Amino acid sequence: MATKSGRTISSVKSRSIKDLVVRWEFLLVLIFLGVNVMNICLSPNYLNAYSLFTNINNFLVKAYIALPMAYILLLGDIDLSVGGNVCLSATMLGIVFNETGSIWLGIAAALATGTLCGALNGLILTKFTELAPMIVTLATNIIYRGLSERILGDGATAGMSKIDWFFNLYYGRVGVVPYMFIIFCVLAVVFGLVMHKTVFGRQMYAIGENKKAAAYAGVKVEKIRMTVFTLTGLVCGFASVFYCANLGSVKSNVAEGFELEAISMCVLGGISTAGGKGTMVGAVIAIFIIGLLRYGLGLINLSGQTIRIILGALLIAVVLYPTIQEAIKNRKKAAK
Amino acid sequence: MTVKNNTLRKGGRLGELLRSRESSLLLVMVLLVAVIQWRSGGKFLSSTVISQLTQNYAYTMVLSFGMLLVLLIGGIDISIGATLALSGMSTSLLMRDGVITSPILAFGFSILVGLVCGIVIGAIVSKGKVIPIIATLGMQYIYRGLTYFVSNTQWVPSDKMLDGYKAFAQGNLLGINNLFWIVIVLFVVMLVFLKWTSFGRQIYAVGSNADAAKISGINIDRVKIIVYAINGAIAGLAGAMYTSMYATAQGNMANGAEMDVIAACVIGGVSLNGGQGSAFGVLLGAITIAIISKSLSLVGIDAFWQQALKGGIIALAVLINVIVQRNSAKKALEGREI
Repeated sequence: MATKSGRTISSVKSRSIKDLVVRWEFLLVLIFLGVNVMNICLSPNYLNAYSLFTNINNFLVKAYIALPMAYILLLGDIDLSVGGNVCLSATMLGIVFNETGSIWLGIAAALATGTLCGALNGLILTKFTELAPMIVTLATNIIYRGLSERILGDGATAGMSKIDWFFNLYYGRVGVVPYMFIIFCVLAVVFGLVMHKTVFGRQMYAIGENKKAAAYAGVKVEKIRMTVFTLTGLVCGFASVFYCANLGSVKSNVAEGFELEAISMCVLGGISTAGGKGTMVGAVIAIFIIGLLRYGLGLINLSGQTIRIILGALLIAVVLYPTIQEAIKNRKKAAK
Repeated sequence: MTVKNNTLRKGGRLGELLRSRESSLLLVMVLLVAVIQWRSGGKFLSSTVISQLTQNYAYTMVLSFGMLLVLLIGGIDISIGATLALSGMSTSLLMRDGVITSPILAFGFSILVGLVCGIVIGAIVSKGKVIPIIATLGMQYIYRGLTYFVSNTQWVPSDKMLDGYKAFAQGNLLGINNLFWIVIVLFVVMLVFLKWTSFGRQIYAVGSNADAAKISGINIDRVKIIVYAINGAIAGLAGAMYTSMYATAQGNMANGAEMDVIAACVIGGVSLNGGQGSAFGVLLGAITIAIISKSLSLVGIDAFWQQALKGGIIALAVLINVIVQRNSAKKALEGREI
């Protein structure tokens, strides 16, 4: 019987070409190329760098959150509160800016709010380890968004886009490359290096694979979970700054459904919600698959709802892929 | 140590009864109702409010029973809101186009659509070995998208629906709303099904220890598929209840209903790890959620507080649950003098 994560244990790293081909990331690269080829065929203007980056910017705010979400899923946890967190952080940014007139204070408030919200999730989950992360973050999601609703009422805050440099956080570019894209690349590399090249990263894999065994091996499980949840909160606060720069105003329905989008990106990228499996490269490719596929399907005037069906089907097909692969392998064996 | 033992004895039989999950929840509910009754100046416990409450939230109660089964086998289904919308919408469309001509047929068709949706999820989860939350996340996109797709993003307005269908949700029997009768009947069925049928016991077995259940000869895949199928059928039933009550069908209906339903189950003492939970607990949990949703405006709490308070109450309920369980586990250990 395969282990929970579907891995077999081997001390020898396999490096044959065949292994490379059956790797998840290879499949993702193929899908990524397929999506791009499709987009190029659909629209001759697709490769126009300026408009391409405009569309990439559209999903980068979500992509920021997908990075720490990958850590959370890797640990075998889940965080459904990121949407509410971004919403509350953005609200605090708007309110503090409106009250004090200082955008710096606003940004500080957003980062602090995000971090606090994340830390609260972490605190509850590490103090009460029996609780399922899903239900706790479900509740805190409602609380965070609810608080934002309370603070904003029917109204909205505005006026942020009058500050040039703040406006440029989202819209500014170096040549044709938006600042946001550069920041995303840096973040992705840092998150990837931490995940794959540091002790902290190995410990996250260990926790995801088997929490108890990791604890017995001396990994400070709860401390790491706390760190990761807090980090996720911080990134939510960070993302909310860009969200505000994009919209220039805050309403209490911002970032609705972000949690499921971020999770879909990670899962498509091969990060199992059961924990202990997946790579950052996969997650990053999946972010671009989902974002660009959405853009491409929009180009041929498919409605948002039809795009949803296609994205759902893609997600299901991709997660079914390993099982189907195994079934075919077994059938071949049986035939022999 | 001795002091603690004394307090244990003082509890006695009453304490044991009080420690049971359902009775403590019942107590909380009574307290909640008392506070609401007091703060609302006696407006809460009136026949209008209660009949509105039982009518408006009947569909979440029904959904909770389906979710109970899924949670019992250690699964989860976050697509029920979308399944509800798809079945309710397709039924309403067929009614608009004159294909469905009787209310009973409408309910039957809606249940059938839900059943098919459920079977698909069950197959993906059991045969495809996909983690339930991911499978249902994907299917949620698909079902919700299909809802808009089949309706061409249009509404089905009230005048296109059968009169008998709309009247059903407004009708009463013995002073109780028809929709709440469905809840009562389903509750009794669930109670009997989970307690006294072998399949019901198999559900608990799969949820508590899947490996042990497999070794003792339970066909786990079959149990899973049937459970998701029942859950889907119940979501289909809720879809008919929903469209009959609001007398319209919209693409975004019951968006996010799954979260309320999961919260109701958790408040009712169902464990997300599977194998733990009862129909009675879930009924109480669902009623508690309904009371909270309905009463906040009556108590004079500003509407913008409602969401935050609801989340707070859910968080509090699960925290109290853990603390109570920790205490009882500690006492059980002390009782054995370990």
